[in-house]
Amino acid sequence: MKLSGAEIVVETLIEQNVKTIFGYPGGTVLDIYDQLYKKSDRITHVLTAHEQGAAHAADGYARATGEIGVVLATSGPGATNLVTGIATAHLDSVPLLAITGNVANNLIGRDCFQEIDISGVTLPITKHNFIVHNVEDLADTIREAIKIAKSGRPGPVLVDIPKDIQLAKCEFSYKAPVTKDENECAPDEAVKEAARMIAESSRPYIYFGGGAVRAGAGALISELADKIDAVIGCSLMGLSELPTKLDRFLGMQGMHGHYASSKAMAKSDLIICIGVRFSDRSTGDAQKFSAGARKIHVDIDAAEIDKNVKVNLGVSCDISDFLRKLIDVVDYKRNPNWMNKVAKLREQEAEFKVENFLPEQAINVISDIVDDDTEIVTDVGQHQMWTAQFFDFKKKRTWISSGGLGTMGFGMGAAIGSSYGSGRRSVLVTGDGSFGMDLTELATAVTYNVPLTIVVMNNSVLGMVRQLQNLFYNKVYSNTTLDRKTDFVKLAEAFGAKGFRASNEEEFRNVFEEAYKLPGPAVIDLLIDKDELVLPMLKPGGTFDHLILDREDKA
Amino acid sequence: MNKQSYVIAAFVENKSGVLMRVTSMFNRRGFNIDTLTVGETESPEYSRITLTFSGDQDDLHQLVTQLQKLYNVKKVEVISAEIGIRRELLLIKVKNSSETRGDLRDAVDVFKAKIVDYSAEAMCLEVTGDSTKIDNFIDNMKPFGIIEMCRTGIVALERGSESILSK
Ligand SMILES: Cc1ncc(C[n+]2csc(CCOP(=O)(O)OP(=O)(O)O)c2C)c(N)n1
Ligand SMILES: [Mg+2]
Repeated sequence: MKLSGAEIVVETLIEQNVKTIFGYPGGTVLDIYDQLYKKSDRITHVLTAHEQGAAHAADGYARATGEIGVVLATSGPGATNLVTGIATAHLDSVPLLAITGNVANNLIGRDCFQEIDISGVTLPITKHNFIVHNVEDLADTIREAIKIAKSGRPGPVLVDIPKDIQLAKCEFSYKAPVTKDENECAPDEAVKEAARMIAESSRPYIYFGGGAVRAGAGALISELADKIDAVIGCSLMGLSELPTKLDRFLGMQGMHGHYASSKAMAKSDLIICIGVRFSDRSTGDAQKFSAGARKIHVDIDAAEIDKNVKVNLGVSCDISDFLRKLIDVVDYKRNPNWMNKVAKLREQEAEFKVENFLPEQAINVISDIVDDDTEIVTDVGQHQMWTAQFFDFKKKRTWISSGGLGTMGFGMGAAIGSSYGSGRRSVLVTGDGSFGMDLTELATAVTYNVPLTIVVMNNSVLGMVRQLQNLFYNKVYSNTTLDRKTDFVKLAEAFGAKGFRASNEEEFRNVFEEAYKLPGPAVIDLLIDKDELVLPMLKPGGTFDHLILDREDKA
Repeated sequence: MNKQSYVIAAFVENKSGVLMRVTSMFNRRGFNIDTLTVGETESPEYSRITLTFSGDQDDLHQLVTQLQKLYNVKKVEVISAEIGIRRELLLIKVKNSSETRGDLRDAVDVFKAKIVDYSAEAMCLEVTGDSTKIDNFIDNMKPFGIIEMCRTGIVALERGSESILSK
């Protein structure tokens, strides 16, 4: 059948099992929107308040489901508004398809109204991007873009479609949904070498990150740890792949990681690194990072091996395949001394527990009340770290947070997207600063009655930056005190959502219980002291030997 | 670690924008590229990029694996010094005068260069060879007065019957 380019865009997305897309219309995507209207019984379009929100929504959708997230925007400002969202997905390896309209081919290069070289702009922040010059290539380009985004190490792909291509017609026939490229299998020699290194070690530590989440490798990691008597820690990106309460799991390590997890990593003699990229937030000084330990690094991306941290054995292959084979060949062993040492670290960690610490109490309340499969989404700042530290994760893919780019303003879009992806309620924990960047998406949440509970940890400051000023800039709080007069309860009501306020644990429990039961969105303004700190803390560029543990510890 | 100069050949799709993708990656990742040439190959759908850069083994590994990740890059090969044939071409315009003419001609003979343009005031010379030979030739020309020059950067193939794609 002969279809127009605009129709091909929509039919190809439907063919590829895309159920929901997020976007914002404009001149150069009018034809695609016309088709979306006509086919709205087969594909849902969610209109956000801002293209950045749409990009984060597509990202949140992808993180929650593991499927591709799709965002659509017009040329020029619509396209440039996607940039932060695309970069966020890029740094966290999220499969995202961004479709943009552009001016007609014969006008490209003439600085027309709303003409932007979005392919050039997004070159360094996409896995790949395409400009479609012939309508005959359109369907296959979209299919290929989805394949690229999902294969290997996932990432964002942009397809720029000039307006004339959307109008031109050509033959179209359906094809099967694309399958991912096969990942490389684990080479036997490397598996044997890893088993040898494990046999020689007496203090093994398994360290996993976002790659393990993408591969769903949690069960295998825990099986390996049981067999070789290792403890487990993860990066911020690895959270929720294993249940927080799992016996061998010490939780997140790194800049604001758990004491026992970071310390055990520093004291181990073998670190088995699964799907990580050794970000400076996880390692501190990469040169001195666990210098005493040998390291095995398994990642799907060959370019990650030896990039930031030199390892003794680096393998680029499918991590689940590697783990399966390794569990098969590795010898069962016990490391009682190591387990004792770790138990001591855990006792020490318990001693640092601060009483009546409202951020922790609030996250515990959320943990108590929410269903196991509720997605916990955050913005960026202290509230993000507290959530990462204290939330009791029980199910996979329930942690949705911008790790690599640390994008304030990620939360609202991502929470809406994740709720669409899972079909369930999401909880967003945000800060007063971050919420200021994305609260406009409250309009979207209300319009679509998205089941979303928003907790604003309102400390009147840009807390995370203030903390750095507190510790390293002599408490000179330059431009981090907000003290805005915004009333978040009234603001919620103005948007058509429910608004609540709480200032202690008990009040918070009551209002959260009520808010969580509502069918649609609600905002809880939770008042928090502006001088709370996220601890422990690894000084940027420092080593795990010198963690800042309490207020008196000076950097 | 000790720095070294490496020659790398990349087989890339012959499409617009591919060179930009490659150089943008180098720029973003902070690779120091010394020379880069690009041209057609035996198959019209591919171009071959030959580049030299200096770095250590780790830099080399990074550069190769990052190149391999680019969608339009089909194959990357490090051309080893032992079996690699490396050539550069130089066009150089030098001052010509009745006093220096003889010496210039001698240099042209020794380096197997060619005189491609000639006037009473200037000569344009063409010379091919490996980079050391080109460097030497330029040094030799300096006393005569170099008006302008242009070198292509290295192109390289490996000896033997195989191609980068067949390997
Ligand atoms: C878009 C963006 N701009 C600036 C920053 C730098 N930054 C990191 S955390 C932070 C403060 C966040 O404040 P808030 O959302 O109130 O969270 P809090 O730390 O107070 O919990 C800032 C400004 C950032 N990460 N992202
Ligand atoms: Mg704040």
